[in-house]
Amino acid sequence: MRREAPQKLTDYGPLFFPAGMLIVFFVVPFATMIAVSFFRRDPSGFYTPDFVFDNYARFLSLFFGKVLGFSLFLAVTVAICCVVLAVPFTYLLSRAKRRTQVLWLVALLSILSLSEVIIGFAWSTLFSRTAGITNLLVMLGVMDQPVALNPSFGAVLTAMTYQALPYTVLVLYPALVRLDPTLTEAARTLGASPIKSFFTVVVPALRNTIVATLIMVFIFALGSYLLPQILGRPQHWTLSVLITDQAIYQSNMPFAAAMAVFLVLVTLGLVALTVIAGRKGEAA
Amino acid sequence: MTGFLQKAYFSLIGLFLSLPIIVVAGVSVNEKQDLAFPPKGFSLGWYGEIFANVEWRNALFASITLAALSAAVALLIALPLAWFLWRRHAPWANIFQLLGVAPFTLPPVITALGLLTFWATTGFYGQPATAVISHAIFFVTLPLVTLSLGFSSIDRSLVEAAATMGADDRTIFRTVVLPLILPYLVSGYAFAFVLSLNEYIVAYMTIGFTMETLPIKIFNALRYGYTPTMASVTVLFVAIAATIFGLVARFGDLPKLLGAMSSKD
Repeated sequence: MRREAPQKLTDYGPLFFPAGMLIVFFVVPFATMIAVSFFRRDPSGFYTPDFVFDNYARFLSLFFGKVLGFSLFLAVTVAICCVVLAVPFTYLLSRAKRRTQVLWLVALLSILSLSEVIIGFAWSTLFSRTAGITNLLVMLGVMDQPVALNPSFGAVLTAMTYQALPYTVLVLYPALVRLDPTLTEAARTLGASPIKSFFTVVVPALRNTIVATLIMVFIFALGSYLLPQILGRPQHWTLSVLITDQAIYQSNMPFAAAMAVFLVLVTLGLVALTVIAGRKGEAA
Repeated sequence: MTGFLQKAYFSLIGLFLSLPIIVVAGVSVNEKQDLAFPPKGFSLGWYGEIFANVEWRNALFASITLAALSAAVALLIALPLAWFLWRRHAPWANIFQLLGVAPFTLPPVITALGLLTFWATTGFYGQPATAVISHAIFFVTLPLVTLSLGFSSIDRSLVEAAATMGADDRTIFRTVVLPLILPYLVSGYAFAFVLSLNEYIVAYMTIGFTMETLPIKIFNALRYGYTPTMASVTVLFVAIAATIFGLVARFGDLPKLLGAMSSKD
């Protein structure tokens, strides 16, 4: 069966509902948000229509510059930790027995789908003094007394790595599972150790995939908004936290919208980078 | 040697991934109302509390209803779209594919804020239906991706054969296409359902003040201190997700759904 171009109006029928829903409930809200970012805040209500750049100007202050800097730094760190952990793991997984693969995939999907609230709660329990990991260490005789490990930067970083790791593995999985096994077999026949063939054959062959994955995990981590609140101190809050805070608690929708638009621009720039990295990967 | 290294590395990652759940599961069976690990005593009372306490029960019910409805709406958007893209040659229509994937690619706070401004501007803010639609748009990506995969795996000569025998589009869809993509339909629904069940920020920004879903309830409860009920809810959610994805793996081809090319070992 060939795919035919639509001829009659009724041929477009199946498109009406999906297109309508996506336009009304995604494109229009998005446009509304952009419009609101230029509105003026109305202290008595939500906002009044206007066309001002105040919201963007306010964003360019030292305070928000610091928050943005921290958000980017945190997301980069999480992305690097995840990719370093996930590349060898996913490689081994893609070479494992199918049953093993399925079991791991179920586990990874289950953790990936967990709410940030739940992940935050689980790690804050694990880091707590009364029910935390330090109790295990005391039991083992490594430590004298249980201590609380949060709030701290380490706690935020650990939990965010935990949240993003399954995502990283699932992003890497298709590329690694499709990687030609004869490549490593050739290296092995020529006498390379498994570890050497991994670093000299697998990693270079996947360079562009790894770059694309780093960027995707970075975007994923940039979206984290509850873990910094639950496990960190206020100086560990990210741009996502501030957007929510401005929108809900300060009722300053125009300012929240301006920050969100800015975040979109950063993200889109990174998506463009991913696409370019992917193109190069195909050409190579 | 390699086998040992592999096992060691798998165990390490496995430990990292399961440790929080193990501790939370331990906390959830504490006898008294405190968070202690290793647990003091053993009681399943906190699991009963989810259903006995009217607030937790309502939140659970709200979450399940929202997830079931929004996943259904997501499917209603994704199915005709994926079918159209597979059946018709209309490159410009790919823009809708892109629109369907966009909300899931951007940081969630952006989609959530866009929907909040939209609902507030149109005056529907706070109504439960807004959360259903918001979640459906947010998660439409999942059935869209699984269904596109499902359609691309259909052998077009089967459809051609049916057409030669005189079947029209509708009949072909019902008798040939639908049975072939059913596993992808079910897994798309399952993915959207589980993620919607766990979603926090979109629900919070669209109905957070008029209705509590379980993630919202847990987050609100965190402020007043921790209770073992939160731990039992967490374990319940992990169990629900693992069961649903386990079923998808049992009846569908999970590696293929997640991007492996061949379905053979």
